[in-house]
Amino acid sequence: MRPAFSVLFLTTLIGAAQGLFIALFACELLAAESLPSSFFVGGSILVLIMSVLGGISSVFHLGHPERAWRAMTMWRTSWLAREGIALPAFMASVFAYGVSHWLGWGHTLAVGTFAIVIAITLFVCTAMIYGAIKVLKEWAHPMTIVNFIVLGCASGMTLAAAYASFTAPEIAGVLAQAAFWLTILGLITRGVSLWRNATLRPTSTLQTAIGIRHPHIVQKAQGSMGGSYNTREFFHGKSPAFVRGVLLTLILGAFVLPLVLVLMLPLLAFIIQYLGLLAERWYFFAEAQHPQNLYYQGKS
Amino acid sequence: MTQLALVIDLNVCVGCHACVTNCKQWNTSGAAGSLVDCNPYEAEPNGTFFNRVQTFEVGTYPNTDTVHFPKSCLHCEDPACVPVCPTGASYKRKEDGIVLVDYDKCIGCKYCSWACPYGVREFDEQRKVMTKCTLCVDRIYDESLPEDRRKPSCVLACPPGARLFGDVHDPESAVSIAIRERGGYTLMPEANTKPANHYLPRRKTTVSVRSDELYRSDNPHKIDGAPFDKNLPPTNEELN
Repeated sequence: MRPAFSVLFLTTLIGAAQGLFIALFACELLAAESLPSSFFVGGSILVLIMSVLGGISSVFHLGHPERAWRAMTMWRTSWLAREGIALPAFMASVFAYGVSHWLGWGHTLAVGTFAIVIAITLFVCTAMIYGAIKVLKEWAHPMTIVNFIVLGCASGMTLAAAYASFTAPEIAGVLAQAAFWLTILGLITRGVSLWRNATLRPTSTLQTAIGIRHPHIVQKAQGSMGGSYNTREFFHGKSPAFVRGVLLTLILGAFVLPLVLVLMLPLLAFIIQYLGLLAERWYFFAEAQHPQNLYYQGKS
Repeated sequence: MTQLALVIDLNVCVGCHACVTNCKQWNTSGAAGSLVDCNPYEAEPNGTFFNRVQTFEVGTYPNTDTVHFPKSCLHCEDPACVPVCPTGASYKRKEDGIVLVDYDKCIGCKYCSWACPYGVREFDEQRKVMTKCTLCVDRIYDESLPEDRRKPSCVLACPPGARLFGDVHDPESAVSIAIRERGGYTLMPEANTKPANHYLPRRKTTVSVRSDELYRSDNPHKIDGAPFDKNLPPTNEELN
């Protein structure tokens, strides 16, 4: 698949935002007495800024953004519609959480619990957009959900550690520890899916695609000379060396360097991890082999 | 329940692209607006087509077969593209099984094209909506046309008649009989989308003659009681 950059920014930004919110709520559960309400208000603002940036970025993916509201209507069948509902719901509940801390309304645990449920729902919706596409075997697997949750929580926790190092240094160390272990967990879960996808055998072949039983079939024409939507949307169009470079970048950027840096320089660790996760999401698209490509293998 | 579909005879298709051009002509002239053509006279011409003819070479030289393979939306009975649509712009009509896109509802997210295993949906770069074969829904029910012209443009254009159109749920329709009697098959059955469109396979026209059929029992050179050629098997009379 061709990586869609608006989607790369959307999923990495809201993933980190959800992870940051989960970290904030964990702080409230475990250390509410020692933290000022401004810590939670500021954190909620950060979560909202990233969610809004992600939402804005996603709009660039659409051909008709003015009709985006319609994307909430088919929630009964479409995970994309479910995400379209869950994302604003997440923003609204985080807003409510921040406001109740700011104005001292109380009930922050109840509002926070609700927002946590929405955050996890949003993780599942976002992942299932990809996981529900049965023809893309690389994506249609429970590991897709696991990775979206773990990587979102890892980057969010790294950001929480960076945020706490400026606003609440006394808990920054604990958050950095948590980010470290979540990143280790992410390295394991993403490693499993990288390995699975690298060794996956495609179900469809050129033989099943055109229904001719012969081991030797070569495409001579694909119905266009200058390419088509099919040659643009489903190929990443990069060389194998470039793809290997992205793989190395994602392993170093999303996992190795943040693990080295998070305990000392959490802000730098987050910036590097975020860029690494952009590479990770790029690779997530690039490694998905769409069966329609069987029909676009050559022209003469 | 009706399920309209195309049945494409790969044994007859000569790869002339008449179906492609007539499809483009009809669908670019309709009320939905023109199908985009980018750089039509430049080095990299590309545009939106609902139907394309691809060519494959099967086998190795000198035993090769050139197979022309027209490809358009298969109007699946269990379409992967429809449930994923967040807006309901992609839908399958209950009355005739045609899978359509409502261009006024489509937000251009391209998600349906990711879900389709066949790559038959093409995003229109000018209108910014997803487009696909409509089975010429705007002409097959048009009562201002003579009845024999109420068929998809590609079917009407095909010079050798490689494209059949009809209801694949009616066991007595021409398409159902063709599928049943001429080995009709669907593409990528492993995708479980149950395509309504079927393809008829290539066939070699050969005469099969068994060696005993070459042996004339009334051959005038045959000597009674002895086989005409000792290499040939004996006749039934000789055996009795």
